[in-house]
Amino acid sequence: MYDIPTLQGATVDSKEIKFKCRDCQVYYGDNHAIKDVSCDLQDKTVTAFIGPSGCGKSTFLRCLNRMNDTIDVARVTGDFMLDGENIYDKKVDPVQLRAKVGMVFQKPNPFPKSIYDNVAYGPRIHGLAKNKAELDEIVEKALRRGAIWDEVKDRLDSSGTGLSGGQQQRLCIARAVATEPEVLLMDEPCSALDPIATAQVEELIDELRENYSVVIVTHSMQQAARVSQKTAFFHLGNLVEFGDTGQIFTNPSDPRTESYITGRIG
Amino acid sequence: MTDATAPSLPRKSKSLLAEDDRTKKRNAAEKRFKYYGIAAISVGLVFLVILVATILREGTPAFTRTAVTVDFVLTQEQFDEAESAVLKTAAYTRLFSQFVADQAEEKGVATDLTDEDRAEIAAGLERIMGKIGSDIRVHYRENPDDVGSPVRFNLAAASRVDAYLNNGQSRDGFVSSRFLEEQDLDLIDAMVEIDMIGSDWDRTFFFGSDSGVDNPGGAGIGVAVVGSFFMMIVVLVLSLPISVAASIYLEEFAPKNRFTDLIEVNISNLAAVPSIVFGILGLAVFIQFMHLPQSAPLVGGLVLTLMTLPTIIISTRASLKSVPPSIRDAALGVGASKMQTVFHHVLPLAAPGILTGTIIGLAQALGETAPLLLIGMVGFVARAYPDTFVGGFTEANSVMPAQIYTWASRADPGFYEKAWGGIIILLVFLLTMNIIAIILRRRFERRW
Amino acid sequence: MSQAGERPHIVSSYDRELESIQTHIMKMGGLVEAAITDAAQALVDRDVERAEAVRSADKAIDALEELITEETSKLMALRSPAGVDLRMILSVMRISGNLERIGDYAKNIAKRSIVLADEPDVNESAAALRRMAREVELMLKDALDSYIQRDEELAEVVIARDREVDQMYNAVFREFLTYMMEDPRNITHCMHLHFIAKNYERMGDHVTAIAEQVVYLTSGQRPDNDRPKADMTSEIKLEE
Repeated sequence: MYDIPTLQGATVDSKEIKFKCRDCQVYYGDNHAIKDVSCDLQDKTVTAFIGPSGCGKSTFLRCLNRMNDTIDVARVTGDFMLDGENIYDKKVDPVQLRAKVGMVFQKPNPFPKSIYDNVAYGPRIHGLAKNKAELDEIVEKALRRGAIWDEVKDRLDSSGTGLSGGQQQRLCIARAVATEPEVLLMDEPCSALDPIATAQVEELIDELRENYSVVIVTHSMQQAARVSQKTAFFHLGNLVEFGDTGQIFTNPSDPRTESYITGRIG
Repeated sequence: MTDATAPSLPRKSKSLLAEDDRTKKRNAAEKRFKYYGIAAISVGLVFLVILVATILREGTPAFTRTAVTVDFVLTQEQFDEAESAVLKTAAYTRLFSQFVADQAEEKGVATDLTDEDRAEIAAGLERIMGKIGSDIRVHYRENPDDVGSPVRFNLAAASRVDAYLNNGQSRDGFVSSRFLEEQDLDLIDAMVEIDMIGSDWDRTFFFGSDSGVDNPGGAGIGVAVVGSFFMMIVVLVLSLPISVAASIYLEEFAPKNRFTDLIEVNISNLAAVPSIVFGILGLAVFIQFMHLPQSAPLVGGLVLTLMTLPTIIISTRASLKSVPPSIRDAALGVGASKMQTVFHHVLPLAAPGILTGTIIGLAQALGETAPLLLIGMVGFVARAYPDTFVGGFTEANSVMPAQIYTWASRADPGFYEKAWGGIIILLVFLLTMNIIAIILRRRFERRW
Repeated sequence: MSQAGERPHIVSSYDRELESIQTHIMKMGGLVEAAITDAAQALVDRDVERAEAVRSADKAIDALEELITEETSKLMALRSPAGVDLRMILSVMRISGNLERIGDYAKNIAKRSIVLADEPDVNESAAALRRMAREVELMLKDALDSYIQRDEELAEVVIARDREVDQMYNAVFREFLTYMMEDPRNITHCMHLHFIAKNYERMGDHVTAIAEQVVYLTSGQRPDNDRPKADMTSEIKLEE
C-alpha cells in the first residue's frame, strides 16, 4: 500500500493551546477598540494578525502582555487565559507576566547601551543569573537564538545603536528571548527593515517556532503567509476570520477577508 | 478608481532655462529674507561688541589701584612723639608727609623748599593718600620692632587720584574741591616721575569686603563671592532633587486628570512670576514667620530655590518628554517595572537636558538681585569672611549682584568702576557655568 | 462567496490585467469550439480544405496558450495574487492547458479526416461520431459559460455529462470492433475512425477538467475525485 499524503496532515491541530482568549473587549475611553474577540493561540506555532490600519490587531497584541496598562484611558475586559491563568487577574503582576510574554516592537529599539548590556538587562532585573559567568552564558545563548551572535561576538562592548537596522531588530529579539519567555509577541517587527534583513528576521521567527508560541502583527500579507501557520484577520475591532494560513490566503470564508487579501475595495 | 483617471488637459511645456515671473519673485523674496537675517544678526553682534567693550573698558580699572610706594623710616623719637600727640593719626600723617617731601627733594623733584612749601606738600599728600595715618599707625603698633628700620609702605591713593591717573581725566576740566586741588596734580605728576605713585593689582578688590561709603579703594567683592557660593549650594541642593522628583512624578507616574493639569498650569505660571514677589514672600515666611537669620545666604537660597523650581521643572519635563517612547516600551517589554524603566533608561537619557536646565536655572539665580535686597542681603552687611562652614550659610552676607547694586548706588565715583569690575567678575562666573553646561551636555549626550 | 470577487481592486491596473487574461481565455475557447465544429464538419463533408484550415488554426490556439502562460506568470510574480484572484489565475493556467489539448485533438481529427476523405464510408459510423462531436462541443460551450458566469451548478452538470460521451465512445468502440472483425479491409479505415472517437472522448475529459476548475474557482473546493466514469473500453475483451 502507498501512503497517500494528505493536505490535512500538515496542519493537524495536535498542539496544545497556550493562550485562550474569550469575549475580549478593549475600550480606549469611549472608543470600543476590540469587540468580542475570542481565539486560541497554539504553542510552538506562529500566529499572524493581519488587517487594515486601526483594526485593533496591535491593540489586541498589546493586551496579551498587558502593555495597555500603561495607557490610562484603556480598559480591558474578558478572559485572557495563559496556561489556564487569567493574566488580568488582580493577583497577576504585569512585570512577571512580561517576563513570560516577551515583546518585540515595530521600530528596532535597542537601549543606548552596549550590545551585552542590552541582552543582559532582562536577566539582570529578573535575577536569572547568579554570577557573571552565568550571565555571559545567558547572553551568548540569547544572541545565538537571535541569530546575531556571529556578527557581534567580537564587539559585545560596542553600542547597540551602532548596528544596522536588521541587526538591531535581531538584537531586540535576542533581548526578548533572554528572559526565557514562553510567548513572543512581535508588533510589525520588519516594517522598518530592508528585504534582506526582513528575510533574516523571518527565518529567525521560523526557528523560534520550535520553542515559543509566536504572535506577529504585520501589514505585509505576504509576510503573514510566509511565516505563520495560523492567521487571524481583524476588521474594525472584530476578529473576522481565524484559521490556517493556507486556507485564509487561498480560500477565505468571509468576503471581508477576501477583499482585504486580494486588495479590493470594500 | 480615483479622479486621476479623468482625461488630462493638454499641457503647455515651458523651458527650464528661463525663470518665469513667479520664480523670479520667489527667489527675490528668499534672497531678501536672507539679508534680513544677516542684518538682524549683525545688529545683535554690534550690540554685543559694544556691551563687552564697554564693560571691559569701564571695569578693568577696578582690578588695579593707584598706590604710593615709599620706603619709610620712622625713628624712635618720632614714634614716641606721634604716640604722645593728641591726634595720633594726624601726627603720623604729618611725619609721613614730611618724609615723602624729603624724599622728593632728595630725588630732585623739588629744590629749595621752604617750610611753607613743605606744609603745602604735606597737605597735598594728605589729600592724595587719604587717611594714610591710621594705616601707618596700625602697622607700627602691630610691629613695634620695625621702628628705626626702613619699611616699605604700599598704600592706596585716594580714589580721585586713581580717577586722574587711570581714567585719563584731563586737567582742563578739573574742578578743585576739598578732596583734590589743582596744584595737587603737579605733585602727583612729580611723584609718578620718581615711581612713588604707580599701578598694581588690587588684591583688596578681589579678596576684600565692602568698605565704607567714603572709601572705594578699600572695597572688595571677595566676601560677596563667598556669599553667592553658599547661596548657590543651598539652591542646588534644594532645587535639583525637588524639581527632578516633581518632574518625574508628573511626567511618568501621575494620572492625567484635572488636578495634574492644574498643577502643570500653575508651574508654568510660577515661572512667569516676577522675582520680587518671591523676595517679599521670603521676607514674610522665612524671616518674619520662621525667624531665620536676616541677610543669610540660607534664606537667600531658599527664596531663589522657589524661583528656580519652575525653570528646572519645565526643562526637566521637556527632556523627559524627548526620550523616545520606544525606549520605555523596550524596558517594559523585557519586564522592567515602571521605576526601573525610569531610573535605568529614561533618566540617563534625559540627564543632559536636566543638567542644562539646572545650570541655566542656577545661572538665573546667581544673577538675581531684587528678591535678595528684600531679605536684607545688601552690600555692606558683611565686613569679613564667615568663620565656619555653617556660618557661611547663617551669617549675614551679600551676593555679587546685590554688592554691585550697592556700589552703583553710592555717590563716590570710585565705586562706579568697582561696580563695573564686579559685573565682569559676575559675568566670568556665569560664563563658566554655561561652559560647564555645554561640556556636560556633550559628555552625556547619546544618540538613539 | 462571489461578492468579493466582483468588487474592483484598489489598484485598477490589476483589474485590467485580469480582464486581459480573461479575454484571451475566452478567445481561445471560441477558437477551440470552432475547431471542433470545423473538424467534425470536414470529416462529414470530406472537405480537405476545411480540415487544412483547422490544422493551421491550431497554431493560433497554441500562440494564445503561450500568451496566457506568460501573462499569468507575470501576474503571479508582480501581484502575488491571493484568495479568489489566486484561484482564478491557477484555474486559468489549467484551463488554457486543457483548451490547448482539445485544440490538438481537433487538429488530429482534421488530419485524419484528410486521410479518410478518399476512403469509402463505413455504414453510418460518421453519424455516431458527429453526435459525439456535438455533445463535446455543447459541453465545452457550457463549461466556458459556467466559467464566465462563475456558475458552479452548470459546471457540475457538465461534469456529469462526461458520462454520456464515455458511453457513446463505448458504443462506437464496439461498433468499430465488429466492423474490423467482419472485414479486415476495414481495419485502416476503422482505426482512424476509432482514434477520432477516442479524441472526442479525451476532449470530454478535458472539458470535464475545465468544469472542475470552475468548481474550484467558485467554491475553493476541489470536486470529489470519484466522478462517474463510463469509459469501459479498457476492460472490453476481444472474445466478446
